[in-house]
Amino acid sequence: MNEATHYLDQLLFVGLPYVAFFTFFLVTIQRYRSQKFTYSSLSSQFLENQQHFWGLVPFHYGILTVVGGHIVAFLIPRELLLWNSQPLRLYVLEVSALIFGLLSVVGLGAALVRRLTVSKVKRVTSTVDWILYVLLLLQLLSGVGVAMFHPWGSSWFAASATPYLWSLLKLNPETGYVSSMPSLVQWHIVNAYVLIGFFPFTRLVHILVAPNPYLWRRPQVVRWYRPPQGA
Amino acid sequence: MNVRSQVAMVFHLDKCIGCHTCSIACKNIWTDRKGAEYMWWNNVETKPGTGYPTAWEDQEKYNGGWEAQNGDLRLKSTSKTKTVFNIFHHPHVPTMDDYYEPWTYDYQHLFNAPEGADQPTARPLSMVTGELINIKAGPNWDDDLGGSPVYAENDPNLKGLDAAQREQLSAIERLVFFYFPRICNHCLNPACVASCPSGALYKRGEDGIVLLDQNRCRGWRSCVAACPYKKTFFNWFTGKSEKCILCFPRLETGQAPACFHSCVGRIRYLGVLLYDAERLERVAKLPLEELIEAQRSMILDPFDPEVIAAARANGIHDSVIASAQKSPVYKFVKVWKIALPPHIEFRTLPMLFYVPPMAPVMARKENGSVHNISEDLFHDIDDARVPMKFLANLFGGGHEGKVRYALRKQKAVRWYRRSLTVGDVDAETADRMLHEADCTREEAEAIYRLTSLCTFDERFVIPPMHREEAIEMMADPLEHKQNVGFGFLTGPRRGL
Ligand code: SF4
Repeated sequence: MNEATHYLDQLLFVGLPYVAFFTFFLVTIQRYRSQKFTYSSLSSQFLENQQHFWGLVPFHYGILTVVGGHIVAFLIPRELLLWNSQPLRLYVLEVSALIFGLLSVVGLGAALVRRLTVSKVKRVTSTVDWILYVLLLLQLLSGVGVAMFHPWGSSWFAASATPYLWSLLKLNPETGYVSSMPSLVQWHIVNAYVLIGFFPFTRLVHILVAPNPYLWRRPQVVRWYRPPQGA
Repeated sequence: MNVRSQVAMVFHLDKCIGCHTCSIACKNIWTDRKGAEYMWWNNVETKPGTGYPTAWEDQEKYNGGWEAQNGDLRLKSTSKTKTVFNIFHHPHVPTMDDYYEPWTYDYQHLFNAPEGADQPTARPLSMVTGELINIKAGPNWDDDLGGSPVYAENDPNLKGLDAAQREQLSAIERLVFFYFPRICNHCLNPACVASCPSGALYKRGEDGIVLLDQNRCRGWRSCVAACPYKKTFFNWFTGKSEKCILCFPRLETGQAPACFHSCVGRIRYLGVLLYDAERLERVAKLPLEELIEAQRSMILDPFDPEVIAAARANGIHDSVIASAQKSPVYKFVKVWKIALPPHIEFRTLPMLFYVPPMAPVMARKENGSVHNISEDLFHDIDDARVPMKFLANLFGGGHEGKVRYALRKQKAVRWYRRSLTVGDVDAETADRMLHEADCTREEAEAIYRLTSLCTFDERFVIPPMHREEAIEMMADPLEHKQNVGFGFLTGPRRGL
């Protein structure tokens, strides 16, 4: 390994992730504290309804499943490898991952077309939104590319990406796992860090305020100047 | 008994002249902003007509409100499970096309147009895209029955009317309409509040005003779908929902809401009702024909010592109880029973009540000439121009009884007053009619006074809001020294 690649690896796989996560936490928290109003899904369904369905539904279901898969591989790699030890189960996992990946790409594509063609929706699309679209598209395309050209990712992710990520988390980064990975995979990882760092400045923050309390609150909400004595 | 106080309202439809002053007052104060141009927190509709947004009363289309099923009360548009799956795309959200695309005109062109053979014109520009648009409809396109074949004939309240009754409404010589001003009803069982995934909507404990916390709204749009009256709106620019706030900053300083204050016809009344929140859930589930009566029974007598004691125990101020005793709304709704909730079948238990309009038939055109149909005054309520069934669909949950009662009483009051002032009705007849309408002379006099001679202070009995007790008053003033104040301080914008 020559000197230059070494430094580049350090920069992209050690420096970048720390900067990205630091920005992520700092800005999301500070934004939530001082700019609560800006936390919104910024939905444009009100302006256009039909194309919205064909874009947003596949995109969200696709991306949530795929991200969920990454998290599982990060948290319980051993169990995952165990599951994959039977070829049939590995195939099922790989194929469904690819399907959901493709679903998210198709959804994002449809959403992008909608943004570009429906004039009302275009009007409410900011520069940040456009950058986000590009980053997401790169992320999804590289992800699907990895799934197709470097198969059995559910196994090698658990075996190499997971330890690398844990090493970052333990503040003892080991780039050895990633520096030997195919460039498409590396690209996917780097773009992910860029997305994470960019996340707090975009509408993506709506993920953090996904409405869970709704599921267990009572139907009606009353706010008092001060809680009443009687009720 | 769990006594709560609610600022409630009555609109007297017989007095509305359809001038839209109320809508303009509201627009100028609250919705003259980017993203809110299309919103009319207060709007005035012509009935029969499809209203704003188009055909909002048709819940087969919009799926707003609640439904009672096997002893259960559920929202038509969503549920806890559905919210999880529909959060990305809400299947029942109306789009801007259901309202209208707001526009302005290219006025600059009138000044800048190059010299030519023709007069320059100011063409309409969309306020969303800024592009030239072809206006097809606006918020009051069907005002005064304009475009009846498209609008009036598609009024959802015509359901169940037979051909003769429809004829009664639309035959050209007997053409009839009335106005239906609408704001948020600040319901007791608000569907918008119950539907909000973020819990951004809430009812204020002290006065029952339904508000939407802008800092908590995430733009999931559930409230827009759930409100059967379509009185929560989605701001397409800020990505947040908004609604009528009953001008609470005005109420807190003792002023009537802008639409009330400006009302030319003086049709609007506002006052406190005390109600029993304990009964809420049970009432909202009752069979349709019992709903109006049950909602009325939730409203408590502010003179009853037991109620007063329970109210005090719940922390309701004596000043608010005193205000409830003077409430014009209490009289119209509970004592006289001539004000009715709109579309009670939506089961949100609205706190805005309507006195149904009278449309007497005095003469009829036959063979090209006009005949008086009776020697004396307005005879038969059921013979009025607006079919009873139509009013019942609007204000009686489809049942005519309560509407007929309200109209008969109003009629009796008119006859009674006629006997006093004009003298063409003898006292005996007037008394008989009052008796038949379940009314006394004293009550008739009171109804007459509050309907016709009411002063500003009689129409708007605004309770002290006791903001001095609000939580922010507990904040340390020194902490805010040299600040610009506290509360919502940043201007609305889209995203970061
Ligand atoms: S201002 Fe009063 S009279 Fe005029 S339209 Fe509004 S409610 Fe009716």
